[in-house]
Amino acid sequence: MKLPGLAETFLTEVGRFFQMLWRVLLWTPRPPYDLRELTRQMVRVGVDSLPVVLLTTLFTGMVMALQTFSTLKRFNAEAYVGSLVALSMVRELSPVIASLLIAGRCGSAMGAELGTMRVTEQIDALEVLATDPIHYLVVPRVWATVLTLPLLIVIGDAVGIAGGYLVSVVYFGANPVTYMANTFQFMDLDDVTSGLIKAAVFGLIISVVGCQKGYFTRGGAEGVGRATTRAVVLASIAILIADFFLTKILF
Amino acid sequence: MPASSTTKIRLDQVSKAFGDKQVLDRLDFEVYTGDSVVVLGGSGTGKSVLLKHMIGLLRPDSGRVLVDGTDLATLDERSITGFRRRFGMAFQEGALFDSMTVFDNVAFALRRAKRSPREVAERVAACLEMVHLEGAERKMPAELSGGMRRRVGFARAIALEPEILLFDEPTTGLDPVIKAVIDELILELQDRLRSTAVTITHDLGSAFRIADRIALLFRGRIVAYAPPEEFRQLEDARVQQFIRGLASGPLTE
Repeated sequence: MKLPGLAETFLTEVGRFFQMLWRVLLWTPRPPYDLRELTRQMVRVGVDSLPVVLLTTLFTGMVMALQTFSTLKRFNAEAYVGSLVALSMVRELSPVIASLLIAGRCGSAMGAELGTMRVTEQIDALEVLATDPIHYLVVPRVWATVLTLPLLIVIGDAVGIAGGYLVSVVYFGANPVTYMANTFQFMDLDDVTSGLIKAAVFGLIISVVGCQKGYFTRGGAEGVGRATTRAVVLASIAILIADFFLTKILF
Repeated sequence: MPASSTTKIRLDQVSKAFGDKQVLDRLDFEVYTGDSVVVLGGSGTGKSVLLKHMIGLLRPDSGRVLVDGTDLATLDERSITGFRRRFGMAFQEGALFDSMTVFDNVAFALRRAKRSPREVAERVAACLEMVHLEGAERKMPAELSGGMRRRVGFARAIALEPEILLFDEPTTGLDPVIKAVIDELILELQDRLRSTAVTITHDLGSAFRIADRIALLFRGRIVAYAPPEEFRQLEDARVQQFIRGLASGPLTE
């Protein structure tokens, strides 16, 4: 039987996640508040991920338009391509796809960085220097990711919609004015905010999982590699699972 | 020998296991105030584990660790952080923060202790001078040699003038000349700071150079503990095997 083992792994990882999250929440309100480190991490997550997010959301929007245009044309419903692209981007695709990429980029970086610090005893050194490593290393990373991801996703939303516009108007020759009108016709602010709530939750998952894997790394360079891989794999799976439940709750 | 032999660190029946490997087994040990103690032991006998118990990085499965009479287990997460300011620990490979310059590494504890920038600068300069690394402030750890990294690690450890200095394998993997330099440095630091020092090593030469007392760790216990001259004369077969570096004997059985 393979399932009990899998279930055990799942429960262990969920437990580890909430344990780390709890420690982060516990340490967050305690001084000193290191705003410089928070900003530094926000730059690393935000600015440095921007090109990747722009590229993926642009192409996702373009592909969405390509796919839906030819499909909806069969029902003479190509007028709704704009709404479809916009709503799918804002509610689902932009948060999920961008978050998966950021898990690969930032989650792995956190795993590798903290993992290296662990195996070279830098985390022990922090403790010895009267500094709690969770407070010093994990808290700023988690909050930076939670705060930055929604900002990235807003930009991703806009770029994805622009990608859809580009394909529909330039390639399929749709009327630009009706396309734009159509894009925003059925969209509420709720659609955008719920996408952003998703983004914040995914940010939490990416950073907590990444830091947790890195923090508890064991066994030298190989261990760091393992931590990094697990950080990405687990965060990605968690994002997809969380996405289902968030969608259920939010819409 | 210290004038007054009060106990600084005391391990009382300390046991620690990792998985099914019993690393420390009801270990008793006492370090006297002002002493320079060296703990000898083969690789993988749990010397580092012992050291990490003294500073509360690891907690015993059973038994107590007392520093100045305070049981470390009674301190919560926050008070142990303050307690650690009394310790300075130098790690095996230095464990310098590799994203920071030498200056920032040494300044780390001072800044956390909210010293003024001027005080920080002065103290960092003084600490680097003590380890003979004046002028290395702007270097990154990656630019330093192994011996230099360890000396920066020392400077970082002594920044807050700790009462207790812990050295984890300070000379392992260094050439003989640098080894002697590091040994001298340990004595010098201990003398200038008037602190208690515990050094973990498997290097006999170092041990006899820097120790007031030498201990031998074997199978999770301290099996011998004596001043260097006495230690050399001990008739314990395990001590003799270690000193002579013999392949066969009770240590390798």
